[in-house]
Amino acid sequence: MTAADPIAFSARSRRLGAWYVAEHKIRQMRAYLGTALATALGTPFLYLFAFGVGLATLITDNVSAVPGVTYLQFVAPALLASAAVLVASEEYTFGVMLGLKWNLTFVAMNATPITARQIVDGLMIFVWFRMLITTVIYYLAMVVFGAVDAVGSVGTIVAGLLAGFAFSPIAAYAATIEEDRGQFAILQRTVILPLTLFSGTMFPLTQLPMFLQWVGWLSPLWHASELGRQFVFGPTEPIWLSVLHVVYLLALGVLGWQLCARVVGRRLNK
Amino acid sequence: MSAHRPRLDRVAEPVIAARGLTKRYKDFVAVDAIDFEVAPGESFGLLGPNGAGKSTTMRMVGAVSTRTAGDLGILGLDPNEHGPAIRSQLGVVPQQDNLDTELRVRDNLLVYGRYFGLPRAQVAARADELLDFAQLKDKVKAKIDDLSGGMKRRLTIARALINDPRILLLDEPTTGLDPQARHILWDRLFRLKEQGTTLVLTTHYMDEAEQLCDRLVVVDKGRIMAEGSPAALIREHSSREVLEVRFGSERNTTAAAELQGIGDRLEVLPDRILIYSANGEDALAEVTRRGLEPITSLVRRSSLEDVFLKLTGRSLIE
Repeated sequence: MTAADPIAFSARSRRLGAWYVAEHKIRQMRAYLGTALATALGTPFLYLFAFGVGLATLITDNVSAVPGVTYLQFVAPALLASAAVLVASEEYTFGVMLGLKWNLTFVAMNATPITARQIVDGLMIFVWFRMLITTVIYYLAMVVFGAVDAVGSVGTIVAGLLAGFAFSPIAAYAATIEEDRGQFAILQRTVILPLTLFSGTMFPLTQLPMFLQWVGWLSPLWHASELGRQFVFGPTEPIWLSVLHVVYLLALGVLGWQLCARVVGRRLNK
Repeated sequence: MSAHRPRLDRVAEPVIAARGLTKRYKDFVAVDAIDFEVAPGESFGLLGPNGAGKSTTMRMVGAVSTRTAGDLGILGLDPNEHGPAIRSQLGVVPQQDNLDTELRVRDNLLVYGRYFGLPRAQVAARADELLDFAQLKDKVKAKIDDLSGGMKRRLTIARALINDPRILLLDEPTTGLDPQARHILWDRLFRLKEQGTTLVLTTHYMDEAEQLCDRLVVVDKGRIMAEGSPAALIREHSSREVLEVRFGSERNTTAAAELQGIGDRLEVLPDRILIYSANGEDALAEVTRRGLEPITSLVRRSSLEDVFLKLTGRSLIE
């Protein structure tokens, strides 16, 4: 390989480009490491304390068809999934806007051998990385609070990661935004927050009137919470339904990821 | 790659060859079938006003914008098929700074170097050399937001050089900088030129084009109006000297009528009249002989601004 042969020269970037993008994003984290760590560490303890120690003292019955399940056990997988969703949607929105509009880092990357697809792939790798840190810390907090046993329920982390991934269509939407007019605040209030409340997270979906239950069936958060619960106190549902959760979450995630790559590609190649 | 053939009158094959290069956005033609070539080691400029299609051309040359029609070869490769391979050999200084404000000065170079697949140690060594070259050695750990406009520009140029590019593309490199910062930047670019780096730059500053370009094309409304070295363009399209006279905005037009016949050509601008003549002093003598007394008068050499004015009937900076 010589510098005179550009095709050979760029081969390494073609192979590893997405990882370089992820590496860049991790380096950026240093600027906000304090906040990120404080959130990742503080949030699970606050939530688990409020729900597990506070609210759980009032809710002692009817939590699950499985006898002996505590409210903390019921709510913890959903809280973990919500935390992953929060981290992911932060990157899907602000991370994308930062790259395309505020900081133009995607434009800078695009001037190198890196392609638009690799930029989006790198962003996705980074989101998985951030979610992994968040969910592992959450899981450890759950162990400390006695919601799960240390090893047996690790699968709930996977459910959380899938939940965050399934929100990637937000990234595709963010990539279409040319002008920031507070769309993310609206998205947060009208989509993400209601989903957090009505996705069978704090109470079983069956408690909702039938005409509202479809919200849960569509919500990645319901699928991820139910999946996570199978690892904590399941099985509470037939295996095909658990498989459906995984397929649904993966399908949404892949869809958003691919759409995002296309939108970013179009936008960078004007 | 049948798009471009080596020209017999040049020793080396061109590093950039465009034939009928066109970019359309729906009904708007940003770049209208332009032809140009850039030889290795050459310093080539696109001079024109805002909106002339310079940046669009640069983006196509930078392999980040797909052409609508025509042929384009960069280092012998078609950007439609070999975008990443071409970009691995380019250094790009965009019009709008896009340094990563979340990273410190040196980290900006390190991260960027990795995108070219360069080993970490090599990038680090090169980054230190370039920070020295960009006169930013004492700003290694500074935040981007704390740098002046000129420093940011120099850092962007350093960043563009991290892969030791064969072609450096600079889109309006000194727009928005104060005169001192511009001169520092020109000095750095001049050094690169001396080292044999191929420079392609767009500018709407004629002095910049004169300082840095061996050859340039004057572009307007997506088309090439003229091509040549700055000196040749001036020789071909303007007189040696220009006499600028001001009579005050109200008298300008009436005075112009009385100035007819002096010099080769007259150009009446809202605030002054330009008289193109081989000898400006002689022209001024003739003005006073005709009994006209301008408020101010100035004799200067012709510049690319005059070339542009002649070719398009408009001023470069409007």
